[in-house]
Amino acid sequence: MRNPYLPYPVRIDEIITETEDRNLKTFKFVFLDPDDEGRFAYRAGQFAELSIPGKGEIPIGIASSPTETGFVKFTVNKVGLVSSFLHNMKVGDIMGIRGPLGNSYPWEVLEGKNVVIIGGGFAFTTLRSSIVYMLEPGNRPKFKDIHVIYGARNPGMLLYGDELAAWERRDDIHMHITVDGTDDPNWKYNTGFVPTIADQKAPPADPDTYAIICGPPIMIKFTQPVLDKLGYGHDQIIMSLEMRMKCGIGICGRCNIGKDFVCKDGPVFTLAQLNDMPKEY
Amino acid sequence: MTFVKIDKNAWEAGLARLAAAYRLFGPVKEGHSHEFKALDAGQRPDMAYVNTRRSPKALIYPQSEKMFDFSLDETQADHHILREAEKDYAPCAVIGIRPCDADAFLLVRKNFDTPEYRDPYWVKAYEATTFVGLACSAPCSTCFCTTAGSGPFHEAGLDLLLADEGGTYLAKVLTPKGASLVEAAGWGDATDAQAAESRLQELRAAAEERIVSRVPTAKLKDQKINPLFEAPFWQEVAFSCINCGTCTYVCPTCWCFDIQDEVHGKEGIRYRNWDSCMYPLFTHHGSGHNPRNQKTQRVRQRFMHKLKYYVDKYGDGIQCVGCGRCIRLCPVNIDIRRVCNLMNHFDATACAIPAA
Repeated sequence: MRNPYLPYPVRIDEIITETEDRNLKTFKFVFLDPDDEGRFAYRAGQFAELSIPGKGEIPIGIASSPTETGFVKFTVNKVGLVSSFLHNMKVGDIMGIRGPLGNSYPWEVLEGKNVVIIGGGFAFTTLRSSIVYMLEPGNRPKFKDIHVIYGARNPGMLLYGDELAAWERRDDIHMHITVDGTDDPNWKYNTGFVPTIADQKAPPADPDTYAIICGPPIMIKFTQPVLDKLGYGHDQIIMSLEMRMKCGIGICGRCNIGKDFVCKDGPVFTLAQLNDMPKEY
Repeated sequence: MTFVKIDKNAWEAGLARLAAAYRLFGPVKEGHSHEFKALDAGQRPDMAYVNTRRSPKALIYPQSEKMFDFSLDETQADHHILREAEKDYAPCAVIGIRPCDADAFLLVRKNFDTPEYRDPYWVKAYEATTFVGLACSAPCSTCFCTTAGSGPFHEAGLDLLLADEGGTYLAKVLTPKGASLVEAAGWGDATDAQAAESRLQELRAAAEERIVSRVPTAKLKDQKINPLFEAPFWQEVAFSCINCGTCTYVCPTCWCFDIQDEVHGKEGIRYRNWDSCMYPLFTHHGSGHNPRNQKTQRVRQRFMHKLKYYVDKYGDGIQCVGCGRCIRLCPVNIDIRRVCNLMNHFDATACAIPAA
């Protein structure tokens, strides 16, 4: 059995500065051994440990979609030691990726369903992976209506601007982009917090409608009552959690909520599952 | 199973022969207490010890362990690529381990050796090791192994069990590994198995009777996690705790670790080190958020993990073998037996104030 702590060596192929505050950058990695790409087969919603020798590892959601080949992408917020160092690395640098880790969004359940994606701020990465995955021509017929409600503080803080604009132009996905506020006279989308826009735009509850929510705790706190009001069952509200992690494989012991490890049993849980777990996250 | 009688005059010579085939480890007195140490040539384990201060978990799972090394020197072909650290998994034998401590490795194995992932360091070190147990006939007042799923003559996790009979050891061979060790040592005095087994059971019964400290665990599995998590006693249980982490470091079943890189010049090493749920950094997010930033939350985590989460996850009793080290060494006298009792008997529906 392969050593689960040994990362696959990768080369940084491209770095995109995503936001106007330059705190979010997307890193596109190419595997040094092309066969490692097959070993890294992943599903939307999983994460990986980005491994920088001499600095350490950070658990980051996979922003690329399994339908995109030849590379993997991660969007990283500059926060601590490893992410700050990564932000100063350059194209061509060698590092490692360990994964894929964790469960994923429940794609078997979501097939044949309406999917409502609700995201805020920089927690849009695995949601981007999910959207690209569902919009792949071979996959799109497997899903019914797709709604996306995505917000950031202002237009300059939205991730993946070009893709958002491209999705806006499509008729097989309902985009509801919003910003908390802006003085840009050319802003043509919504203005308002994500929970407010969700209240206005989210489709009504239906046994065939599932919501995936990813965002800062404050957004989740105020979005949940909106979905409750709309009548979404707690089995139909899917969330992805964050925790401090080290091993990523349920062994090192720190990321538990009750008896479940966020790294291995999660990071994706339904609200119904979270209701039965201690409120310690 | 076969039994052999080992004359104590043959014991020394056998150990000398074993040293040629195994790296030997055993209890050695250091200052006021015993520790498990690699035995130098001619050094003998102190079989008169009660138990070591720290558990023998470090023999399989060192407090600090190299995982990988790497070079940051860009003139090297494999710069910034982790290389497996060189390891030596030559056969080892631990002489004189207490049955509770050997049993603890079986609990810990559930964490390190899973259907999805195997921790290669732990598994290889464990598989390379033969455990020669020394049955307890004089337990400490803090030992509660018999109600923690283990016992003074418990055989699980051992390859060979020795019972001290004065001039001889009565040895029960429990596994092929144990048989190989007996053969390598040349301890060959086979004895009537039936008589030996009944003698062993006699000694066992007497030893178990000497364990007077008990914990009730029967109701833990039926408790619900959330009410127990919200129970009113955690503040009081944690009140005197100073979060020193001694309990986790001496515990044979505490397995949590951290991973850290160290660099000297252009060469680096990725280590793993024991970590502890008693420390705030254990769960501190990069953002500054910490789901267990209060000491009460951390103390609750330790006991909930051992006495509830593990119980629910594996359906195999508590994550504790009753060695009593955390009780003996806690500087503020927190006692897991008392906490286990509180948790086991907790009734969320009961009135906090007893009726007059």
